[in-house]
Amino acid sequence: MKTETPPAEPQEIEPPRPRSRSIAVEALLIPLLALFSALVVGGIVMIFTDPEVARAWASVGRNPGNAISMSWDLVSSAYGALFEGAFGNPTALSETLLASTPLILAGLSVALAFRAGLFNIGAEGQIIGGMLTSSWVAFTLDLPLVIHLPIALIAGFLGGAFWGSIAGFLKARTGAHEVITTIMLNFIALNLLTFFLKTPIYQRPGRTDPLSKEVAESARLPSFGDYRVNWGIVLALLTAFVVWYLLFRTTIGFRFRAVGANPKAAAYAGMSVAGTYILAMALAGGLSGLAGTANLLGVVYSMSPGFLGYGFDAIALALLGRTHPLGVVLAALLFGALRAGALQMQGTAGVGTDIIVVIQALIIMFVAAPALVREIYRIRARSAIETDAITKSWAS
Amino acid sequence: MSTIAAAPATSRVSIRRARVLGIVFMALGFAAAWWFGFGSESGLDSTFGLNSRSSEVDLPPLALPSRETALLLAAICVFLGAIQLTRGFGKQANLILGVAVGCFILAFLVWAARDDSLNMVGMLQSTLLRSVPITLGALSGLLCERSGVINIAIEGMMLTAAFMGAIVGSAAGSTWVGLILAVLAGGLLGALLAVLSIRYRVDQIVGGTVINILALGLTSYLSAQILARYQNLNSPGRFPVIEIPLLSDIPIIGPMLFANNLFIYLMFILVIGINIALFRSRWGLRVRAVGEHPKAADTVGIKVLGVRYRNVILGGMVAGLAGAYFTLGSVGRFDENMTGGRGFIALAAMIFGRWNPIGAFGAALVFGFADSLQNTLAILQVPIASEFLLMAPYIATILVVAGVVGRARPPAADGQLYIKE
Repeated sequence: MKTETPPAEPQEIEPPRPRSRSIAVEALLIPLLALFSALVVGGIVMIFTDPEVARAWASVGRNPGNAISMSWDLVSSAYGALFEGAFGNPTALSETLLASTPLILAGLSVALAFRAGLFNIGAEGQIIGGMLTSSWVAFTLDLPLVIHLPIALIAGFLGGAFWGSIAGFLKARTGAHEVITTIMLNFIALNLLTFFLKTPIYQRPGRTDPLSKEVAESARLPSFGDYRVNWGIVLALLTAFVVWYLLFRTTIGFRFRAVGANPKAAAYAGMSVAGTYILAMALAGGLSGLAGTANLLGVVYSMSPGFLGYGFDAIALALLGRTHPLGVVLAALLFGALRAGALQMQGTAGVGTDIIVVIQALIIMFVAAPALVREIYRIRARSAIETDAITKSWAS
Repeated sequence: MSTIAAAPATSRVSIRRARVLGIVFMALGFAAAWWFGFGSESGLDSTFGLNSRSSEVDLPPLALPSRETALLLAAICVFLGAIQLTRGFGKQANLILGVAVGCFILAFLVWAARDDSLNMVGMLQSTLLRSVPITLGALSGLLCERSGVINIAIEGMMLTAAFMGAIVGSAAGSTWVGLILAVLAGGLLGALLAVLSIRYRVDQIVGGTVINILALGLTSYLSAQILARYQNLNSPGRFPVIEIPLLSDIPIIGPMLFANNLFIYLMFILVIGINIALFRSRWGLRVRAVGEHPKAADTVGIKVLGVRYRNVILGGMVAGLAGAYFTLGSVGRFDENMTGGRGFIALAAMIFGRWNPIGAFGAALVFGFADSLQNTLAILQVPIASEFLLMAPYIATILVVAGVVGRARPPAADGQLYIKE
């Protein structure tokens, strides 16, 4: 029986295995602990900003049980309502998916740029770029749905791609840091939007306020039955798959990752760093443009001035999802759930919806600082998973 | 050797740049002549008011013939362009660019105010007021970045401080207490940024983003939760105008510079003080050493991380002062997201001013002017989209970081972790 020998072989492979498993566990553990910590801190904020509960705590010496039970009631009813509003019934679930759609796309945009070593703070401006083109296509042309909708989506992608590629071009040609240029381009886009909404091309006839025309029926993302969730979510998930395939199964993706890891080495290997920056920013911009378009054609149907507020969420999602498309999708579903549940939370527990923003900021903070999470929960660092500095110096 | 080899290339670039600038001056001149000179019908006057509400001495308004004045200003631009093309201004070219753009804008104002009047002093006054939070924010940014920590959280720090100033100022019934707490709140967020980026090695831009989101979320949440219910917690009052005797009676500049509230004077003190401290003191030398080459600084015994902690907290406090200006110096109440991106304009001003306090103040004045001009044009009903004026600061910043107009060089170690070996 020579079958005794094979076990020796796995034993040789065995030692690395627990380590790799622990890396996987840790990769999940840190985000989960980050989420948990953020919810705890969010709960504390709720307790001390609710007038009645805060009053109970002010007289905690006389009746400590009352203060604690009131706090518990408040926080549990708030988070209970949040969960109920996000997952409690099919309508809630539909709202969660609806809210997740643009978040997935915008998160992918930032994640893709991260992989190429670029910090895209410009999702907000690229969203506007995409909406300006897609809305024009959507309310001007008159075509059947099967043609009109795809053209509008492509227009949105191209509009965002154009806006994103400006930052890529500036970085490639002049070395201008993309964080600065994308922030500036956000505000330029915002002012352009306000300007266009007052021109006859965009402004709704008969209106004096800056509100765009409504997109044609044939350019709208069809919804599923009676629920508000629409084909946008399918589009977003498909896009996530495409981004994953592009990043990890194609030479372009390899080039992105090589340039992101070490631009000098990539240049030495004969890759065009400048070309990669332009392409990566164009694709990232396109994804953001698609995010704005999905929201435009699936939910709001018209444009009004102002940022949509997905830009900062997108950074959070890319970090929380560790710049992996699957991670981004899961993170976006979480943030979508928070957004969807927030209204019910406000209605039931009287906790303002903006607490969600606080919780999201705390999530990114904890995710970005694994050393902090380790310190709180006394986890010893077992692996080398540390967030590397993503941005290079302004000067580079 | 390499520097010698590179020299002809740079001079070729600068010759091309000099030519381009000359053409730009000429173009500005011709554009001004075409639009503003021949654009105003002959025989009209542009009237510029030179009094402000508070001035003692009455100056007669300045009435200029619109067409002739605009043509004169345009001629100056063309003349400057001709000199630049033939002789060249050399190192003064950027200054001359400023003069040419200034002439262009003046010509524009003459055209905009043709057959109408425009209060010049009022506009300059509002320029100064609008530049206050931008200047202070830019000072905050450069205090952090000179020591090597990128601060994109100016916006969040300002917003939090504005909220703090309003609520504490109202609760305590004293604008001073509000101001102190607002500055402390800014400092606290500075400390958070410092701890995140130095101790926990969080990417500095991510750390700044966290603070921005946190500030927006917290202040919006708290203002809905508290200020909406208890309106009396949102009326902190404002700092009074302090008129400096004698100086405030000087025509034109008196009311502009010497009849303001605390924040404007503090801004001037900080701009000059930080400039001296940064470039003329031992502290400043250390800060710059840490920002340029932390390892070298460490070798000579400077505590790199200590300097960074101190500077980022100080930067936070200055941003806190900027935030307090919104509630305690300007509006007198807190509104959700009331800073409205001013923190990012401050970031732009810092870059445009090349990480230099005086430069940042100058940039803030330019941006404040664009903002106030936009307002003035709306009053004069000039058919020009104000959005493009509001875009100007951002476009200018992109041009600067892209090296089209001069070159902005940040501190070499800006944004880099320092790990002591």
